[in-house]
Amino acid sequence: MKRTLSALVQNKPGVLAHVAQMFAARSFNIDSLAVGRTEDPNLSRMTIVVVGDDATIEQVRKQLSKIVPVVKVYDFTGESLVERDLMLIKVAFPPEKRMEIQAIVEMFQAKVVDIGSKFVMVEVTGPEEKIEAFINVCRPYGVKDVVRTGQIAMPRHPQRPRDNSHDAK
Amino acid sequence: MTKASSRARHAAGDASSSNQSNSPKKELKSGSQVFCEVLENEGVDILFGYPGGVVLPVFDALMDSKIKVVTPRHEQGGTHMADAYARASGKVGVVLVTSGPGATNTVTGLATAHMDSIPMVAITGQVRTPLIGNDAFQEADTTGITRPVTKHNYIVKNPKDLARILHEAFHVARTGRPGPVLVDLPVDIATARLHYEPGEAVMDLPGYRVRQTGHMRQIVKAAEALNAAERPVIYAGGGVILGGAWAELNNLVQKANVPITTTLLGLGGFDENDPKSLQMLGMHGTAYANFAVQECDLLVAIGARFDDRITGDLSRFAPKAKVVHIDIDPTSISKSVKVDIPVVGGAKEILTEMVNHIEHRDRAAWFGQINEWKRKYPLIYDNEGSSIRPQYVIEEVCRQTRGQAIVCTGVGQHQMWTAQFYRFSRPRHFISSGGLGTMGFGLPAAIGAQVACPDATVVDFDGDSSFSMTLNELPTAVEHGLPIKVCLLNNGYMGMVRQWQELFYKRRYSSSSLKQPSFAAVAEAFGAVGITAKTKDEVPGAIERMLAEKTCCVVDFHVEREENVWPMVATGKSLQEMDGLPTVDVERLA
Ligand SMILES: Cc1cc2nc3c(=O)[nH]c(=O)nc-3n(C[C@H](O)[C@H](O)[C@H](O)COP(=O)(O)OP(=O)(O)OC[C@H]3O[C@@H](n4cnc5c(N)ncnc54)[C@H](O)[C@@H]3O)c2cc1C
Ligand SMILES: Cc1ncc(C[n+]2csc(CCOP(=O)(O)OP(=O)(O)O)c2C)c(N)n1
Ligand SMILES: [Mg+2]
Repeated sequence: MKRTLSALVQNKPGVLAHVAQMFAARSFNIDSLAVGRTEDPNLSRMTIVVVGDDATIEQVRKQLSKIVPVVKVYDFTGESLVERDLMLIKVAFPPEKRMEIQAIVEMFQAKVVDIGSKFVMVEVTGPEEKIEAFINVCRPYGVKDVVRTGQIAMPRHPQRPRDNSHDAK
Repeated sequence: MTKASSRARHAAGDASSSNQSNSPKKELKSGSQVFCEVLENEGVDILFGYPGGVVLPVFDALMDSKIKVVTPRHEQGGTHMADAYARASGKVGVVLVTSGPGATNTVTGLATAHMDSIPMVAITGQVRTPLIGNDAFQEADTTGITRPVTKHNYIVKNPKDLARILHEAFHVARTGRPGPVLVDLPVDIATARLHYEPGEAVMDLPGYRVRQTGHMRQIVKAAEALNAAERPVIYAGGGVILGGAWAELNNLVQKANVPITTTLLGLGGFDENDPKSLQMLGMHGTAYANFAVQECDLLVAIGARFDDRITGDLSRFAPKAKVVHIDIDPTSISKSVKVDIPVVGGAKEILTEMVNHIEHRDRAAWFGQINEWKRKYPLIYDNEGSSIRPQYVIEEVCRQTRGQAIVCTGVGQHQMWTAQFYRFSRPRHFISSGGLGTMGFGLPAAIGAQVACPDATVVDFDGDSSFSMTLNELPTAVEHGLPIKVCLLNNGYMGMVRQWQELFYKRRYSSSSLKQPSFAAVAEAFGAVGITAKTKDEVPGAIERMLAEKTCCVVDFHVEREENVWPMVATGKSLQEMDGLPTVDVERLA
């Protein structure tokens, strides 16, 4: 099962390496990992989609919290979330298919960001399923390249970190 | 909860006059001087250090500081010494080495300390910051290499961060679940000119929180479960020693009236001469400890981490028990064994509170059962004949040292026999690599322990193969006049490997015997005293001589070559399925 964790981390050298190393060393499966700045220049946010059962996710959460420069970990399981992934995709664009592809782009509320002689580049944002669906629909036309950011997520309701009072380092 | 963004701890700070940050003429110091001052303020009076190009400025500054330096013969040895210094004293051990090969040589020592949660700070030299990443001479990606084997690590990239990072390193190493912290120190930081006033280096650890006191409701629940239990067992581990909780543990055991077993790393956390002690549990634990765990209705784990060496087949571990787990690290809880009542916090703090809620229970039937197991399945060995049994050497050393020595070990059969036959009654007196099982730990550990406790009798029970890995540290002991006692239980084999080959590989002893030198002659060549003992009747006298020696002494006991460690829970078996239980008439032996 896929679960989304979000970690606020100190903006210091080596933090990403610490997190990545922990996942590798404990053979946890990362589905995607997105890192970006926050409103606070001292902190970055990592949004991590992990695959695993309840007990595994619980260990992942605790192991993440244990990393010294990790400030807070939020487990978004069961939360109402807005989840977004951003994709750039290059699709073959032969003249006879242009209308069809154009229609698909519109249906997905995606955006054409570049057109070459043979390919069109499209920008798609949305929850993972939408992105996957777009790739599937484009496949028959020929998908040349896909770049995705990995999922980011924000709960709809103000969220406090899971009661971590039992946790410590 | 200790929020760790507080000011760095300091000893000398407030007294100095120039404490205001805008003081007009602040003295500039070198990074190396600052390094020495921070360490002094952290209470370091001795460190284990091996020099090299990029740490020369630091070693130079050390000559003018109060810190004494012990130089090992190899950085691995130095790291084990710092580790054992910490285990014996409860203080943070410090090791200082150069970049590249100096740093990589510490990896085994760091991993050893990391697995056993030992507070240690390692400082490694690094090439100049502008050269980092250029494959410079003696450059290694030290933080990259050591990240998995440290609690945390740092590289200092800016002189102004030096003092803060060093203070943080000590704080992180000694608090919470302790562990080794590494600081990689580029040489241009060590030579930079900077300001440092103790107390000005403010720690910046917003993500580092330690929960010391347990949750009251959980503590009461745990106490109530213990009060209600008919057949409880306490299973105590290294956390009792790390957390200084032995007195509180003893109070709990006596007040509640419960049998108690310890892990290898918990040995000495409870007096093994006490009738409530079941001694060690696990793969080579006592039958009565393992049976009690399998039969108990409540298992109270205190500062122990349910290692696979003590659970046997996980699915059949303590099948009748509800589980209470007291541990400072939430990741230890429910990692392998599902816990019913978790209590997160320091063992000392939690037990202090828990005792208040404990009722004394008689539990005569339970103790009756346990005493019957103790009678039927004692730890025994065959001491007939004139050859030396390794267990006999250990018992005899225990007798002559009245069980009061600080005991170190290598890894293998001799380590298990030491755990079984030396009766430990005091904490910080058994020093052994449990989690990583690092052969070669014994001799440097004995050196580190003797440095920490100059007046103690320090004995290293070692295997011939383990000893061979780090015996280059003998001159270190000689040079510093450390009267450590090495008892080699020399079976001419990697005995533990040979035992497994005997049991599981049809006695095909592939690569497990080594042609050994005369260890007594080796010892003498290094300036230590060397003694050889080949028959049983030589044993007491050899031990007497060894204990009387004022310099480092190695006794090479030629022991029965193919003796096995019993009892044993083979891999995949459940804890009560022990091989090698006594079939002899124990009544007659007793
Ligand atoms: C050849 C060989 C054979 C072995 N056979 C056995 C065997 O038969 N039996 C056996 O027991 N071991 C055996 N071991 C050792 C084994 O591998 C483990 O090292 C050992 O069992 C772990 O001990 P522990 O559970 O006490 O954990 P430790 O590694 O000591 O962990 C300490 C625990 O306490 C917690 N803690 C730390 N500080 C505090 C505090 N202040 N308050 C509360 N909790 C705290 C930590 O978070 C951690 O969970 C063997 C090792 C070797 C090399
Ligand atoms: C560094 C290292 N290498 C290999 C091993 C695997 N190993 C465990 S016990 C052992 C044999 C130890 O032999 P010795 O030191 O003579 O002790 P004995 O078992 O004979 O008492 C070996 C090779 C280890 N634990 N550590
Ligand atoms: Mg041997």
